[in-house]
Amino acid sequence: MQQIFNFIIRNSNRLLFLLLLGVSLALTIQSHSFHRSRVISSANFISGGVYEKINTVNEYLNLRTENDELVLENARLKSLLFNIEDTTKAPMIDSLKGVKPADIIVSKVIHNSYSTHENYLTLNSGSNEGVKQDMGVINSLGIIGIVDNTSPNYSTVVSILNMKSQINAKIKKSNHFGSLTWNGKSTGFVQLTDVPRLASVRKGDTIVTGGQSVIFPENINIGTVDKVYTDKKTTFYTINVKLFNDMTNLGHVYIIKSKDREELINLENKNKEKDE
Amino acid sequence: MNSALLVNIFRFIMLLAIQVVIFNNMNFLGYISPFPYILYIILYPVNSNRTGLIISSFLLGLTMDMFCNSGGIHAASCVILSYYRPYIFKFSFGLSYEYQTIKLNESLTPERFSFILVSVLLHHIVLFILLAFQFKFIWDILLRTLFSSVFTILISIIIIYLIKPNKR
Repeated sequence: MQQIFNFIIRNSNRLLFLLLLGVSLALTIQSHSFHRSRVISSANFISGGVYEKINTVNEYLNLRTENDELVLENARLKSLLFNIEDTTKAPMIDSLKGVKPADIIVSKVIHNSYSTHENYLTLNSGSNEGVKQDMGVINSLGIIGIVDNTSPNYSTVVSILNMKSQINAKIKKSNHFGSLTWNGKSTGFVQLTDVPRLASVRKGDTIVTGGQSVIFPENINIGTVDKVYTDKKTTFYTINVKLFNDMTNLGHVYIIKSKDREELINLENKNKEKDE
Repeated sequence: MNSALLVNIFRFIMLLAIQVVIFNNMNFLGYISPFPYILYIILYPVNSNRTGLIISSFLLGLTMDMFCNSGGIHAASCVILSYYRPYIFKFSFGLSYEYQTIKLNESLTPERFSFILVSVLLHHIVLFILLAFQFKFIWDILLRTLFSSVFTILISIIIIYLIKPNKR
């Protein structure tokens, strides 16, 4: 017994080091494994509050671009309003009852990161406003990411510039599906993988979100096709997508709250249970 | 003794604040960002309590992780740096470092520079390995470590000169 105590006292620093190293490595591994809410996140009142304070200053520097975006969006909405008769397609009635105006929560990016392989954003609205995990986040130009963690007043978002993120997307013209990932290289480009080779894609085609996910409604803009190449292993197409969004400069965003989400998830879970 | 503790707490908070407010928003070429908050570990008094250093640098790293949404990578690299600090001292200043009065925040000698260099390199290589977490990014890891270390060392030396206590 004496020897054990002596050992612990003699090596107290080493044991402490190993303990703390173990804890931090466990946190690291946990954060790298896909889709598990992280223990330590910036969705809490300390870091959220600090980021909000910083953002009140930074906001002024981006007012010009923010205004430009709003004017463009207004123009687009106005043209929709004035040209209803001219549109060739009747507005599609979404069979999933789609997104209603009440289902959009306006929020603001108070912290943005884009320099690592796994990027997260912090928003200034949380569970008090009704934000929950796995809600989609978009802005007027296109998609931004998926909500990861929430606290009463703040939430963190897995950016599309995150190698763990996988979003269902399709080519607008031909409805061929693929999954949207990021290879960690450029902040202006993401990759659409697993597109069947039957799909005819050309440079400049628009990529939008697909209808297979319950997170994003269908037909939200993502970007345009920049380059198409064939994956050597799977012989599927991989498409380099140039984003509409400038992910390094984000202001106000919309969080989408799909009303049918829980119903759909419940239904899918039931199917899974039946299979087992 | 008490004033040393106060100075350390002050340093802890100030360096974290500067890191979060200014240096986390710096992205040279999109991916090079300096991490001068590890000056807290570098400038910690030489003969002071080692257990305190390990615990406080763990907390320092954990707070950084909270702000960066990065799991536990800063905590791990800070703990490793704080644990191996005496060995780096031995490497830079020679075996009898404990008997000399080493004050890091005075004029820059080759020994002091080598100490800062090795500490920053150790911290950054661990940090970027844990950040990428995949071996296919090995060149990316090395490149980031190299460039970020250069910036961290430059900024650290500037900060050391700025906060140098004027005794005369």
